[in-house]
Amino acid sequence: MRKYSIFAIAREAMRGHKGWDRQWSSPEPRSSYDVVIVGAGGHGLGTAYYLAKEHGIKNIAVIEKGWLGGGNTGRNTTIIRSNYLYDESAGLYNHALNLWENLSQELNYNVMYSARGVMMLQHNVHDVQSAKRHIHANRLNGIDNEWLEPDAAKAFCPPLNISSSARYPVMGAALQRRGGVARHDAVAWGYARAAADMGVHIIQNCEVTGIRRGANGDVTGVDTARGFIGAKKVGVVAAGHTSVLMDMAGIRMPLESFPLQALVSEPVKPIFPCVVMSNTVHAYISQSDKGELVIGAGTDQYTSYSQTGGLHIIQHTLDAICEMFPIFSRMKMLRSWGGIVDVTPDRSPILAKTPVKGLYVNCGWGTGGFKATPGSAHVFAHTIANDAPHKINEGFTLERFRTGRLIDEAAAAAVAH
Amino acid sequence: MLLIRCPYCDESRPEIEFRHAGEAHIVRSDKMADLTPDEFERYFFLRDNRKGDVYERWRHIHGCGRFLNAVRNTVTDRFLMTYKAGEPRPALPDPQAQAAATEGNGQ
Repeated sequence: MRKYSIFAIAREAMRGHKGWDRQWSSPEPRSSYDVVIVGAGGHGLGTAYYLAKEHGIKNIAVIEKGWLGGGNTGRNTTIIRSNYLYDESAGLYNHALNLWENLSQELNYNVMYSARGVMMLQHNVHDVQSAKRHIHANRLNGIDNEWLEPDAAKAFCPPLNISSSARYPVMGAALQRRGGVARHDAVAWGYARAAADMGVHIIQNCEVTGIRRGANGDVTGVDTARGFIGAKKVGVVAAGHTSVLMDMAGIRMPLESFPLQALVSEPVKPIFPCVVMSNTVHAYISQSDKGELVIGAGTDQYTSYSQTGGLHIIQHTLDAICEMFPIFSRMKMLRSWGGIVDVTPDRSPILAKTPVKGLYVNCGWGTGGFKATPGSAHVFAHTIANDAPHKINEGFTLERFRTGRLIDEAAAAAVAH
Repeated sequence: MLLIRCPYCDESRPEIEFRHAGEAHIVRSDKMADLTPDEFERYFFLRDNRKGDVYERWRHIHGCGRFLNAVRNTVTDRFLMTYKAGEPRPALPDPQAQAAATEGNGQ
């Protein structure tokens, strides 16, 4: 792999950019691997990368039904933050945030992580109390989070309407300055390039149709569109399709898959300096480096694999955006799309071993998995390599729904996230 | 937005009148206190979450207010049928009859 640098750009500029290599190869699958990862999104590719880099396991295939990074990795609103209430979540998401800060250097790939601040608006007395509780809990866990009065929120994000006559007036905001955004595609591409460089096979357009188990019940490999591929260990990292895949191994999951929609506006000059979220009126907004406003809506209410949702969900979100930012009321929306998110009963992910020996699952990220990509991949690789969880993900088990030891972020935030 | 036929009102109404209420035909035990952790997990947390035809509950919350059951395909989001709560789980219509019925009602 040739290193990307300013010298490489200069050299290629001199010779018509004819010397750039392919970022990853598309090899023929071998008959078997030490580890097969199902799903080439950010979490899956990252898992392969950390397995190869930190655990010395290089005989790995990442098998993908469609194209690399074409699922929720390429469909999310790219928000990164770690201001979760419970200790387990704080540990996991802040582990990810720490990795985000150096990810571009680590991968030699510009993932465009921009710590521009994530501001969560609060609109009523309950919101304010709940946000302040979050801030205190976060600070006790060493996570930056601070309270802003409405004037300070307006100063941080000038387009914000803090008028007391707004339908849902802004009573303050919680600000995590280390939060921000990153280029979602680049995260998948960067992990893919770095993993392929260490010998990981990335096999695209190859649907997994079965998970095979031997006579003793252990995993022996996967059936795919290109035939059987043997594996000592299989990691399922398939987001919305996790239930379908785990069913192939005979495991019923505590998951439901919902459509989640997002949309972008026409591109405009820089107007929006940070990320603003409101759980109460349910809207997320930031501005991409291309200039589009990136807006996230809520999930549809019914389970579905259709990767599309109802227009009324988008309309509801835009109502909220226009109320908070009247300046955007005449913006044209350019594109909208849907992804399928797998939601657990407590709205916390599952990163764990399963009852089937050799089968591991990383799922349940619901509507907010992008922010966790590096941390999730890092601890999941540890879990697969050692057949035991990392200290950071030991609470995120599949068994917690039997023991009752939930990590109840659903109750903490009152929305899926 | 989905169009849902309420079997009580006998009318097709827009989705925003309804509230989705999860997988159907999950029976609550008469003796909840006696359930083992495994049984409770199965009842309370585990779901089929199938890609294909699913049995699900809806509530016509801004209409008659009653719970109903439906069979819907989670790939096309098309409803195959709705029926009243308490009625037994119907067999799935065979795919050919399904296609003919779909052509007939012009969906």
